[in-house]
Amino acid sequence: MKKNVPSLASSMRQLKTVLALSACVFAASCFTPQAFASKANNTLGMAYDQAPENIDPYFNNVRIGVIVANNVWDTLVYRDPITNEYSGQLAKSWKQIDDRTLEFELREGVKFHNGEEFDADSVVYTLNFVADPKNKATTQQNVRWIDKVEKIDKFKVRIIAKEPFPAAIDYLATTLAIHPAKYYQEAGPAGMNAKPVGSGPYKIVENIPGKSVTLERNKDYFKDSPKKQPTIDKVKIRFISDRQTQMAEVMSGGEDFIMHVPKDQAENLKTLPHLQVQSGNTMRMVFLQFNILEGTPAPELKDIRVRKAIAHAIDRESILKNIVGGGELINTMCTPSQVACSSDGAVVYKYDPALSKKLLAEAGFPNGLSIDLMSYRERNQTEAMINYLQAVGIKAKLGFMQYAAMRDLARANKTSITHQTWGSNLVNDTSASTPVYFGGGSDDVARDPEIIKLLDEGDHTLDPVARKAVYNKALVMISEKALALPLWTLPVYYVANKDVKFTPYQDELVRFWEMSWK
Amino acid sequence: MIGYLFKRLGLALLVALTVSIIAYLLLHLTGDPAVALAGEGASDADIAMVRQTYGFDRPLLVQYGDWLWQIIRGDLGTSVYFKTAVAPLVFSKLETTLLLAVYSLGVALVISIPLGVLAALYKNSWIDRLCLAIAVLGQALPNFFFALILIMLFSISWRMLPVSGSGTWQHFVMPAIALGYYVAPAFMRLIRAGMIEVLGADYIRTARAKGLSPSTVIFKHALRNAIVPVVALAAVQLGFLLGGSVVIETIFALDGLGYLAYQSITFKDFPVTQIIVLLLSVIYILLTLASDIANAWLDPRIRVA
Repeated sequence: MKKNVPSLASSMRQLKTVLALSACVFAASCFTPQAFASKANNTLGMAYDQAPENIDPYFNNVRIGVIVANNVWDTLVYRDPITNEYSGQLAKSWKQIDDRTLEFELREGVKFHNGEEFDADSVVYTLNFVADPKNKATTQQNVRWIDKVEKIDKFKVRIIAKEPFPAAIDYLATTLAIHPAKYYQEAGPAGMNAKPVGSGPYKIVENIPGKSVTLERNKDYFKDSPKKQPTIDKVKIRFISDRQTQMAEVMSGGEDFIMHVPKDQAENLKTLPHLQVQSGNTMRMVFLQFNILEGTPAPELKDIRVRKAIAHAIDRESILKNIVGGGELINTMCTPSQVACSSDGAVVYKYDPALSKKLLAEAGFPNGLSIDLMSYRERNQTEAMINYLQAVGIKAKLGFMQYAAMRDLARANKTSITHQTWGSNLVNDTSASTPVYFGGGSDDVARDPEIIKLLDEGDHTLDPVARKAVYNKALVMISEKALALPLWTLPVYYVANKDVKFTPYQDELVRFWEMSWK
Repeated sequence: MIGYLFKRLGLALLVALTVSIIAYLLLHLTGDPAVALAGEGASDADIAMVRQTYGFDRPLLVQYGDWLWQIIRGDLGTSVYFKTAVAPLVFSKLETTLLLAVYSLGVALVISIPLGVLAALYKNSWIDRLCLAIAVLGQALPNFFFALILIMLFSISWRMLPVSGSGTWQHFVMPAIALGYYVAPAFMRLIRAGMIEVLGADYIRTARAKGLSPSTVIFKHALRNAIVPVVALAAVQLGFLLGGSVVIETIFALDGLGYLAYQSITFKDFPVTQIIVLLLSVIYILLTLASDIANAWLDPRIRVA
């Protein structure tokens, strides 16, 4: 048999030929890739993990959808990201006619990307269309407060709410984009997705579902807008669901900008000379929610001393500093920047393990107790809290799951303690946060009638001072009864090419029109 | 032969139907699509509205029956997430996935043929073991891990290849290597076994006796015969590569069927996931069927079995 085998030298020669051939093919493929996005061609490349289902702002509920919407469309009102003050954008001015009606004087001479003129019809058609539940706008809470919108003359409209709705201006400044009436009537949401038309500082030149959205500077953007005139020519947003791939893209220079990078990974990227890492506070508040409903799986929580013991057991400041690494401590169940949110008079639960143990003993648990704790994101934060609870004798069993699963369990009265986060859908008003968890709705697992009544009053009081006072009363009551433990707001980390000039804001909106190259 | 053909076709149809039923049920087991569609801030009423709008409130069997009837009439439905017709969405991604599968198959053959031949020539020696080790490594390395190593080397350290995307052919190099290396061992083993058998055959001895050079004997006479079963395996592996590209396409953000499948599962976009599963299983079944029929045509003994 041995003599049938060719000599090693000759077969090595064969192998060499094959290898050399493969090497040539491979080497040919290894050109340095031409980066699409770069400072040189004034194009910013951004990668994001989730693709919006439909680019029409009323028909998606992902953050990148809101980012694109703010760059491509305008709203009637503009909210300053630093002062949170309102000014006119597509509207010149507005006034309250009665407790349900707002009247807007509209700006003249504004054109949509397709050349259609902006006027009262744009506002009337868009808002009436999306407010009609038949048209299935995805985020119903943004539009369902609108009863109807009426045209007074070519540049004057009235928006009538179903009931007194003090947060209306904030919705009109964030989520309620205005479409061109004629085009929207013809194209509908599907047509708007296929060929989007807005009036904002950028226009969409290409939208490939699930793959990418390309924006181009709107050279005719109206000069009086509170949004700046854009300077970056093109922005290409690519949807890359794998976080590691996104990081590899900024590391290799393939993309210029990514966000929502986990803290530890952002810190690693800081060491690279061509990258910058910035973090910003967000509106997303984090808290522990205690289920004290009839039939709760943890009846121990019905004892206020147990709830207070949990609150005193956790060193919030230390977790914030060492693990969260940004954001701010909160002492009430609303985001501090929100209109009518205040922590005046609220009980602050200081870290005090001795007091915690004492409270547990008084409640009849001198040897501690065991309890379920459910969580759906920022697992490292949940685990840190579990360690602190363990130290005072509370054995918390972690249940980690998808958000939807946790919410279903909570709504079915099957959770004990939940580690929750809430971003208020960007609405900078207390009515978008506290009432969600304490207003008697499906996510309220305290159902305190007094608090429900106060919050309802706050939701419909127009006078700002009276409104703040009534919300404050509810917030103080929540903290006195320790119905939830407010923890902190979450930071967000951005990683970008060093040449990109940008400012992170609390609303997590990336404003391409403000960005430039260094 | 005709009877055999019909029997195989009927079986193939049943397999496709079973796959689609199982996929449908599995998807529904992973959670309520209405919750995913309604988003974080949705109230119970909002979710109920979404459920009613899309018909998720009907019994599962009714929903499946409806879907199947729609498919039979040639309507592939509308994506509940992307809100566009499923057919153009899915078919626009097919090209990328096909290209990736073909490139990967190419990579697999480029790796496995030399290794298989070498291993056969030096069977049971250290060279054989080394070839086996290289091949086994391909199967043992999780392909997402191997993909990240490739990205680290070729994109970050050497800046030779783009990390992700599908714009140019350079975008396919790393995904094809990652996927191709994974399926190479199966080919290598087959080539090794085939070569060992063929090299012992009489006609090879004759070829050597004629004084042909060793390379002509190996590549022209032996390999040609040893490679026949590889062609049948390639057809089946192509099916595997089409379906197995979900992870690789997701890592490299290659805009193909696998990436779309990943997205549609994440968003519980049933119509899209169902069509992708159906399409891939039909392709897989057809490839297997084609290879069966080809074998039956070549070897009448199989028709009886």
